[in-house]
Amino acid sequence: MPLIKDGTEIEDTWTFIEDGADLPSSGCITVPLAKLTEDADALLARNQQIGVRLSPADDPHDLTPFLDRIALIEIDFPKYVDGRGYSQAQLLRRRLGYAGELRAVGHVLRDQILYMNRSGFDAYQTVRADLANVLKALEEYSAFYQPAADGHQSVFSRRHSKV
Amino acid sequence: MYRYDEFDAQIVKERVDQFRGQVERRLSGEILEDEFKPLRLQNGVYLQLHAYMLRVAIPYGQLNAARMRKLAKIARDYDRGYGHMTTRQNIQYNWVALKDTPDVLEELAEVEMHAIQTSGNCIRNVTSDHFAGATQDEIMDPRPWCEIIRQWSTFHPEFAFLPRKFKIAVTAAEHDRAAIRVHDIGLHMRERDGVVGFEVHVGGGQGRTPIIAAMVNEFVPETEILDYLEAIMRVYNRFGRRDNKYKARIKILVTETGPEEFTRLVEEEYAAQQTSEKIALPQVEIDRINAYFAPPAFEDKSATSDAFERAKTADPAFANWAKINLHPHKVPGYTSVTTSLKPIGGLAGDATDSQMMVMAHLAERYGFDDIRVTHAQNVVLPHIALDDLYEVYRELAAAGLATANESLITDMIVCPGLDYCNLANARSIPVGQEIQKVFEDPAYEQDIGKLHINISGCINACGHHHVGHIGILGVDRKGEEYYQISLGGRADEKAAVGQIIGKALRHEEVPGAVKTIVDTYRDLRTSADEKFIDAVERVGVEPFQEAIYATD
Repeated sequence: MPLIKDGTEIEDTWTFIEDGADLPSSGCITVPLAKLTEDADALLARNQQIGVRLSPADDPHDLTPFLDRIALIEIDFPKYVDGRGYSQAQLLRRRLGYAGELRAVGHVLRDQILYMNRSGFDAYQTVRADLANVLKALEEYSAFYQPAADGHQSVFSRRHSKV
Repeated sequence: MYRYDEFDAQIVKERVDQFRGQVERRLSGEILEDEFKPLRLQNGVYLQLHAYMLRVAIPYGQLNAARMRKLAKIARDYDRGYGHMTTRQNIQYNWVALKDTPDVLEELAEVEMHAIQTSGNCIRNVTSDHFAGATQDEIMDPRPWCEIIRQWSTFHPEFAFLPRKFKIAVTAAEHDRAAIRVHDIGLHMRERDGVVGFEVHVGGGQGRTPIIAAMVNEFVPETEILDYLEAIMRVYNRFGRRDNKYKARIKILVTETGPEEFTRLVEEEYAAQQTSEKIALPQVEIDRINAYFAPPAFEDKSATSDAFERAKTADPAFANWAKINLHPHKVPGYTSVTTSLKPIGGLAGDATDSQMMVMAHLAERYGFDDIRVTHAQNVVLPHIALDDLYEVYRELAAAGLATANESLITDMIVCPGLDYCNLANARSIPVGQEIQKVFEDPAYEQDIGKLHINISGCINACGHHHVGHIGILGVDRKGEEYYQISLGGRADEKAAVGQIIGKALRHEEVPGAVKTIVDTYRDLRTSADEKFIDAVERVGVEPFQEAIYATD
């Protein structure tokens, strides 16, 4: 399960702690949204960085009070056909202004990565796709009709910008 | 007609390359069929009973001669010499080999066509009035906004994996020929105090749960419509059901949430959009796209044509066809011609490669290079001078394209049914053909007047049976084909779901039952001017039920 960020494969230093499981004494952890909202004070008081993992039904707005204190948001795609994570990502980036790492985890496949990137993800824990594949997938298109969270200028407006 | 600029061309080229890579990875076994499925589906490639099917997008049904010739060539080179026009104004090829699909897409790109998002759980081809830009009853041409919506929805990163497929239709005419109230989103263009905008209907649909759309907003100005659509799509993407495929369409979300609450959610999401999130479509871009749809260079003509009148007198068959298959044009001396793809005993919506070549030639020679596919599976030449009509007719007739039945009982919408489709429970095509035989006498058919029969081979309702004036649904009863009949459905501005009239009939009983229904109508109509659908609305279904089931 390669973890790819900013055009390179990186080591995963984070551990996801299921709800109800014991917290490790050290190391960076992500927890489910419900765990974060319930135990916010204790979790944020830890020495190590804290992150959160969103399930498809989670409302990103619930993260608003924590956004400047968490270092990683993982968005889970239990099945690649469940596209709610794309809306969660767009909301986090464009509406709520989250600027930290936004990582796609779960059933993350090569051919979804460009959509993820456009929706605001900057890290991908892929099922099989290696670095070369991911980089290729990200370069398959050179123009995009609509604005999104990746900062590309839309074709609608590129047509009329004076370059 | 819209023409690609360098961005459109580049995006479509990149799609061809991307899909070629995906097919190669599938054929080499690098990706599994399960993972390939959503990729091929977002490119219109379905696995059907006998082979892969390729559905090519015809945005809002718009073609020209070059595109039609390319469709003919693809039919000839990669299929068995024909293509099938669909109820969403697209074309399907039933016999394309998977390995050939990238080459087909490359050929399509040469004429600015593609198969992007013609299937899959994404925003599909935007459909519209097939008489757009030609008809007298529209307040403006809806095609520029169809094109803008096409571009906005193409590869939209947030809405590629929706709970279910998503269909948008746009009309600008009082009489709705685009069936907007049975679409996921139906847009009716309006003008208010000099501002162009849209009446927004959401949550219509057919399938196993037919629902007429709810109006969520009376007027969204054109400069805000894309942002408003984003709000609707986001609410659907986040809250639409994903636990059950049959409850995943937006109509179920609207119904279960309630139209008022759904509207509130949309308005809340829309109000929360920040300036930085807005699409901010530049006015110059709206103007640029509008300019492509400027009317062609019509000549100043009188409203009547001596040549047309003389030809009608000389050729009764022509006069008869002209009575049925023409639609009034906004410019004097011109008309819109419906080229029927419903010959008696034919395959509804099928056109051969040579027929496509004929239609291309006529459009180029007489029709300002404009061709439309209709949602009733016919083809329209929208701008033909009355002076040229007889020549056009003769060439159509020679090609078997001049059946005089537009909107009559033999002009049926028929899904491919069990003959082609792996979802179907029963055959549709033979049922349609047998009914056509009953009504093949033109005098009888014309006496009946406008009457839409829609036939689906299963509950997925691709043949739009819920909104047929007479709807016929194929069902499987222990391996035997039965057909359920409904009356009173309609897809226009008075959209309604038909009412089932009784127990399903055996295949061989269907043509006779339809004849009984029709003759019952002829007996009870107030005059020849009272259309079938109006009579059903007036008297209800009981007289028809009685006529069919009374002897049981």
